[in-house]
Amino acid sequence: MRLVLAEDHALLRDGLIRLLEANGFTIIAAVDNAPELELALEDPRAEAAVVDVRLLPSFTDEGLQAAIAARAKRPGFPVMVLSQYVEQLYARELLASGQGAVGYLLKDRVADVSEFVEGVHRVIAGGTVIDPEVIATIMARRHDQPVDRLTPREREVLGLMAEGRSNAAIAAAMFVSEKAVAKHTNSIFTKLDLPIDIDDNRRVLAVLAWLRV
Amino acid sequence: MDEPTKFPGRLRMTAYAAAQVLLAIPVLVLFVLTVVASVLVVVWIGIGVLLVSVPASRWIANRHRAMASRVLGVPVPAAYRVVPEGANPVQRLTVWARDPLTWRDLAWALMTITVGFTLSLLAVVLLVVIATGALWWFGIEPIMRARSRLDQMFLSYGHTEKLEQRVQVLTETRAETIDHSAAELRRIERDLHDGAQARLVALGMSLGVADDMFGTDPEGARKMVVEARSTTRAALGELRSVVRGIHPPVLADRGLTGAVSALALDMAVPVVVEPRLAGRPPAPVESAVYFAIAECLANIGKHAAADRAWVDLSYADGRLVAVVGDNGKGGANPSAGTGMRGVMRRLSAFDGTMMVSSPDRGPTIITLEVPCALSSPKTTPSSGTA
Repeated sequence: MRLVLAEDHALLRDGLIRLLEANGFTIIAAVDNAPELELALEDPRAEAAVVDVRLLPSFTDEGLQAAIAARAKRPGFPVMVLSQYVEQLYARELLASGQGAVGYLLKDRVADVSEFVEGVHRVIAGGTVIDPEVIATIMARRHDQPVDRLTPREREVLGLMAEGRSNAAIAAAMFVSEKAVAKHTNSIFTKLDLPIDIDDNRRVLAVLAWLRV
Repeated sequence: MDEPTKFPGRLRMTAYAAAQVLLAIPVLVLFVLTVVASVLVVVWIGIGVLLVSVPASRWIANRHRAMASRVLGVPVPAAYRVVPEGANPVQRLTVWARDPLTWRDLAWALMTITVGFTLSLLAVVLLVVIATGALWWFGIEPIMRARSRLDQMFLSYGHTEKLEQRVQVLTETRAETIDHSAAELRRIERDLHDGAQARLVALGMSLGVADDMFGTDPEGARKMVVEARSTTRAALGELRSVVRGIHPPVLADRGLTGAVSALALDMAVPVVVEPRLAGRPPAPVESAVYFAIAECLANIGKHAAADRAWVDLSYADGRLVAVVGDNGKGGANPSAGTGMRGVMRRLSAFDGTMMVSSPDRGPTIITLEVPCALSSPKTTPSSGTA
């Protein structure tokens, strides 16, 4: 799997390169600024990108902007965005195109190497991996949308789905059987009027519907 | 305030002039009374007279202020010093005597019974003697403007007094700002000391212990490393909240508009943000207004029991205006919370103001205004679905 990596901090960049290469990824470009990132993303060999929100030259949100721009040019191009802090606003912007294949995580999560690598794989497979901190703020919101029809239990399942977890992982986190989780997910899909489709795509659509409330 | 000022017509101005001519007589009487009573204060009887004559003079002066303000189309405020409640007559007189406006009123009385009286009488006479109607038609406005200008000059604070007041305000707000930033630094120091710093010490210890255990008890060492990792996570979380308290990253990235939209998204109550800013205010103002809005929204979440809230941002006449409203139960008291007092202090450093309207049963509407300049519009990315 060939990745583009953008991270302004040399220490973290080296760490990420080592970590990703040790887990079977090939880094075809590792950059620290927005213009070089934009160039690297035009490389047709790139299959996905891991991008820091803050990059040189202005240290604001150029990484995020570059990721959104790249996805506008190559719809569905998988991007994992990392940041020192997370904002629901940015998660929405990343997902606004309506396609999945987006990850948005705090940099802290990289410390859980296996989970992080699993997350990158999920994003490349077209899924969404949203940071639990973003999920928590959405959970606290009072809903007045279709998502309102969900039971608290179903909302919990949906939150874990947005974090990018599989049914098995959700079952483990909620201390229930996988079958019970499957029942919840089916009920979520029905309540959100999602068309019958391959399961993965419906998961993404459900998460999108939830994030947009 | 925003409605266009209506200037009085010729007849109305003449009516003002007539009123001024008639009021000149009580002004003369009150002037004499006040001067005589001031001398008689030594034998006490003057105090009683002054307690009547000064308020009466002020009442008449205020009528002239109102007329002058209408003729000139600018406010002529009656900015008398406030007498503290429950003050005894002597204290009351002392406050009056120390108020420069009292002395200005006296000087004005002299002007109004001489030059002022002549001008106003002239205005009335020009109309009454019908033959001079043409002169009245063209002359009334300049005459009344001159008269009003004189009133304004005598009845408002002079340049020096205004500067003195300004210095007073600046001294107070500067002291408050310094206090506030010192307190902020102390809070940040404490947060770092109790939070991230303590966690890093613990982290170092866990790693040290793990280092010692690797040879003898690899399983135990691994546990220590896992513990160290969760300590790192907690330390990072604490650093993040400290950074948010100093200067939220999203404010640096997106400016006030984006940062307020991000705040609104994180609220449990749906918040509609209406940003109508063509550019970005200076960074310190942006930050003060951001924290003010954040405090207002936090209060809505905590106390208002609202199911809807809104934030309007706009800029007009050199002022940034932020209106935060909710449809909750109202009855908010802005001076009750330390948070709101901090917000007001921070805004006052920029000559900003906060107005709270919160009747029982709502809605609560908080208006923040800060005079500032807007920088040239910067192209901010569209915020997608937000």
